[in-house]
Amino acid sequence: MADIINSVGIDIGTSTTQLIFSRLVIENRASSYTVPRIDIVDKQVTYRSAIYFTPLLSADEIDAAAVKEIVRSEYQKAKMSPDMVQSGAVIITGETARKQNANQVLNALSEWAGDFVVATAGPDLESVLSARGAGTDTMSEEHRTVMANLDIGGGTTNIAAYNKGTLIGVTCLDIGGRLIKIENGKISYVFHKIKKLADDIGVRLEVGAAANAAALCRVTDKMAEILAESIGLAPKTGLSDGMYTNDGKPLPEHPPITELTLSGGVADCFYNAAGHSANDVFKYGDVGVLLGDSIRANRSFSSVNILHPAETIRATVVGAGIHTTQISGSTISFPDGVLPIKNIPILRISEPDEESSDTIISSIRAQLPLYMTDGRQEQVAISFAGWDKGTFDALQKLADALVKGAEEVIKGPFPLIFIIENDIGKALGHTLNVKLDHNKYVICIDGVRALNGDYIDIGEPVCGGHVLPVVIKTLIFNS
Amino acid sequence: MIEQNALREIIEQVLSEMNVEKTSAPVNTQAAPAAPAFAQGGTTVDDGFIPDITQIDIRTQYLVDNPRHKEEYYDLKQHAPCRLGIGKAGARYKTLPMLEFRAAHSAAQDAVFSPVDHDFIEKMGFFTVRSQCENKDIFLTRPDLGRKLSPEAKETLKQKCAKNPTVELYIADGLSSAAVAANVGDLYPAIVQGLKSFGIEVGTPFFLEYGRVGAMDEVTETLGSTVTCVLIGERPGLITAESMSAYITYKGTVGMPEARRTVLSNIHRAGTPPVEAGAHVAEIIKKVLDTKTCGTDLKL
Repeated sequence: MADIINSVGIDIGTSTTQLIFSRLVIENRASSYTVPRIDIVDKQVTYRSAIYFTPLLSADEIDAAAVKEIVRSEYQKAKMSPDMVQSGAVIITGETARKQNANQVLNALSEWAGDFVVATAGPDLESVLSARGAGTDTMSEEHRTVMANLDIGGGTTNIAAYNKGTLIGVTCLDIGGRLIKIENGKISYVFHKIKKLADDIGVRLEVGAAANAAALCRVTDKMAEILAESIGLAPKTGLSDGMYTNDGKPLPEHPPITELTLSGGVADCFYNAAGHSANDVFKYGDVGVLLGDSIRANRSFSSVNILHPAETIRATVVGAGIHTTQISGSTISFPDGVLPIKNIPILRISEPDEESSDTIISSIRAQLPLYMTDGRQEQVAISFAGWDKGTFDALQKLADALVKGAEEVIKGPFPLIFIIENDIGKALGHTLNVKLDHNKYVICIDGVRALNGDYIDIGEPVCGGHVLPVVIKTLIFNS
Repeated sequence: MIEQNALREIIEQVLSEMNVEKTSAPVNTQAAPAAPAFAQGGTTVDDGFIPDITQIDIRTQYLVDNPRHKEEYYDLKQHAPCRLGIGKAGARYKTLPMLEFRAAHSAAQDAVFSPVDHDFIEKMGFFTVRSQCENKDIFLTRPDLGRKLSPEAKETLKQKCAKNPTVELYIADGLSSAAVAANVGDLYPAIVQGLKSFGIEVGTPFFLEYGRVGAMDEVTETLGSTVTCVLIGERPGLITAESMSAYITYKGTVGMPEARRTVLSNIHRAGTPPVEAGAHVAEIIKKVLDTKTCGTDLKL
């Protein structure tokens, strides 16, 4: 009784826009005499679009109509229509996320692309998605090593590190192949941070000046060196200080990274050394090829084992298409007809606050006003761990506290939503339904971890109504 | 003098092997000459405890000497509570795993042979009836009698229980009284609450001593329940002795095929936690009532 979810991934990056369709197979892996245990058992990319240059109207505006046309034509080629897509993500990544109309484009596309396609952004999430798309997490788990993926795109390098398959850190740097553009042998654009970096090492980059491969190579060498610093392969020199996107931080130094994968467009330049000759280093109109060469020549990078990823230039889009959706716990509680819901902010009850009814109540009451606009309650999902709430009595107490704390939500028009880590969703749902006399829609999902600042999307039930597809979106930028 | 010392040692050894309190007369008379020396005692009583080996989490126990891939093996062990990577002494188990194994075996036997604590049953508000087995020995050797209610039991049920309930929910010891003690306190109220939340009426609960699964059909026929659900202790294993099952029938009859029963098994702390299992059982019962099917016909 396998169910299939069609998922789309759309990535609008600094240099390229791409789309993939994939199939997620979900199945009940438990025998028929135990509670269901539903998991995603297979993930396959079924369609890969062509890779387009991201259409721009001006330096700081995306050509929304052109992007939409790309997506529409690719849907057509893949013989897909929005109503066939149950899941997926549209993400705007790298430098494109800084454009004026990024959000409008994101929202318009996600509305169009399918009922449950979410819009996401943010370098942290992008780092994780690209690493998953590259297969770094599974390789790290299988090799039992500390492994990082560097997704080197046009505008940013997104890094995620895994220790034996567990995420240990993410970071993002403003280093990419398209931060210097070259047209007709002349420099046509330089990102301000790169211009400063070049100044620091005595290379003057002026728009309109002739592109000198040797001089540009000195700059890309430095960019490679900064990347090595950020993942702890080279000692910190201070050069990399200003290079982190939104003033982020480098990866933690321990445990040290022993294996790497590279993805993103520049990764193709890295892995295909023979792909260009000295004459066509600017064949993409940027310094991507030079940056690939610089990384290959960098001694710090030679000190670790660099492996081939599952995807290179498509890592992020594959990550977005395949790896954003998770499946809720298999015993949960929700009413008919209220799903799907999108973009619900998370109100987290911290673990210390979970200890007593009083602190649960005060934690919810203190935080609820943050989710009000103009004095009106907005939709919110309350999240907690619930590890010690496994007995019937504890559950009754918990439900009483939640009902008290969330009084304002119960009075309001939106359903009462709880996101719990421990497997108590269905029992808590029943308890709340009894306590509220079925006068309120209550959604209780377990097996999902969501923190303050996250947003959650909950799709329509799949696999015989047992489970819900869930996407947790971490929208915060480095803080 | 030497003889006397030797004799004392032998007696001390015999005493310690025989559990002094229970073995009274013969030892005392024989030991009389040495008794004063024994009482003054080379023995001292230590107030401490020996470590409780049943508290060891075998997932975290890794005892292989000079391992090549300790970390990897340890990680693998986290997936299931198996007795792997516990080393060996020559061709045999090491002492600690051997003792743990025997402790688990004893817990399993205790779960089968011990009676359910009647205080617990009373505290839950259940009254007790019996199958046709008069004691544990008969229960264990005559499965057929465990599937039948005694005449007194039928009488008591008729007197004390609500007639023709939509759902009759009761508890039986089955092969693990430890399972009853460990789970019923959370499992039973969770099911009742779930049914209540669906607006489904539940009959009068009771405890069936020496009961096997099949007895539920006699309960159904005696009380006229539409759905009958018994929470019964499973045959214990060496990982847990506390696992419980919920068996469910729709309009059950004595002698019906086993395929018409639906079961949810593996209910215990480390399996499906009792509270969440209870909520799930309530939903299964609702589905049974909605679809009027049970067992292999019921698609969950």
